[in-house]
Amino acid sequence: MQNSLAKKLAAAAAMTLVAGLAQAGDLHVSAAASLTNAFQDIAQAYEARHAGVKVLLNFGASGALLQQMAKGAPVDVFASADMETMDMAEKQKLVAAGERRNFARNSLVVIVPRDSKLAVARLQNLGQPALQKLAIGNPASVPAGRYTRHALEAAKLWPGIEAKAITTQNVRQALDYVARGEVDAGFVYGTDAALMKDKVKLAFEVPLDVAIGYPIARTAGAANPAEAKSFIGFVLSPAGQAVLARYGFKKP
Amino acid sequence: MNAWSALALSLKVAGCATLIDIVLGVAVGFLLARKRFPGRELLDTLLTLPMVMPPTVLGYYLLVLVGRHGWLGAWLQDSFGINLIFTWQGAVIAAAVVIFPLVFKPARAAFEAVDGQLEQAARVLGISEAALFFRVTLPLAWRGILAGVLLGFARALGEFGATLMVAGSIPGRTQTLSIAVYEAVQAGQDDTANLMVLLTSFVCVAVLLTAGRLAPGRLAGR
Repeated sequence: MQNSLAKKLAAAAAMTLVAGLAQAGDLHVSAAASLTNAFQDIAQAYEARHAGVKVLLNFGASGALLQQMAKGAPVDVFASADMETMDMAEKQKLVAAGERRNFARNSLVVIVPRDSKLAVARLQNLGQPALQKLAIGNPASVPAGRYTRHALEAAKLWPGIEAKAITTQNVRQALDYVARGEVDAGFVYGTDAALMKDKVKLAFEVPLDVAIGYPIARTAGAANPAEAKSFIGFVLSPAGQAVLARYGFKKP
Repeated sequence: MNAWSALALSLKVAGCATLIDIVLGVAVGFLLARKRFPGRELLDTLLTLPMVMPPTVLGYYLLVLVGRHGWLGAWLQDSFGINLIFTWQGAVIAAAVVIFPLVFKPARAAFEAVDGQLEQAARVLGISEAALFFRVTLPLAWRGILAGVLLGFARALGEFGATLMVAGSIPGRTQTLSIAVYEAVQAGQDDTANLMVLLTSFVCVAVLLTAGRLAPGRLAGR
């Protein structure tokens, strides 16, 4: 009797495991961390319009998402926070050639904790001794970090500021560190700063000579190419753009 | 080279965490093995929690506790100007908490396994309680304690989740080997990752082999 119970349990466990595997209606979307809230809403709206489709979102630093795909992660749609990462994806033939579309733009800003008393209005102010810790996305894998380094290098401030940098795994971690007051300032996107107005203060927008654009593309190995195309179409549609605009993203 | 400085930092952090836990773990292990007091098993359970709790949960607890706005963190900051977040000392605390069960549990078991008759004999011969502990009980329990300590040290070398949340990932300052591996993989630097995982594996095998030799079961005559 015990044996049959064990068999039933094993069967139930096996069925649960199989049920957990990818299903035909699943669409895997890997998106930059800064898109988290907007893409959650977009996915919900998309599912409401396409019965039977489940959008599975995977957020992270664009560079980290690229590495996951390079190592064989099953992804149908990839949305990056910079052109460079998407260029690399194209070069490694991870995304379908010639199909990428830009769907949003953002700004890079410096934020400080709400109760901060430091005077921070320009990049040069970040060098002041009272400002000891600065959260920056790791430039090796986080686009926001790459934009930050680019801006600081252009202003010839990078060597001095690098020593104060607390590098983060994605841009939202930098936002969290500032919100908790564990760092004195941080570089995030304008859309990130707007999410935590009760905890962080916008110090200034960082002048950049490049645009912060978000490209989206169907992956080369998409298990569900038709659905992937349809999802990208929805992101670019007025309905998708309206959600992005609500979170402060600018038109591409 | 990045991998070697990360290894050096990992050894420093794991070493300091282990030293702290040797003192605390032996004391707590002895207390739990020998003293009867209300809430004894509850204390044991609470101290064992880090072994089963997700490192992210521990990391969050620590962040809330010793962070700039945490009650302990704010007090340390105001009284001594000490800030543990994003420092290697913060990583030591994270590692010390994570490996504490690995150190005190074997210590408790080792003290419980000490033959009471030997201690009675020493008492009959007129030894003081302090001398009894250091000259009889501790030497008898030492191998069991050491095996736990080495296991804890190996685990501290691999600590990742709580450390990342508390100490961040600052190259040369708080970027331990396990975090450096993660960063390298995220950035697609497979060569660096390969070197570092080989290094980590080698160190861990060496530590485990040493721990295995010291395990109580291998002790001659027992």
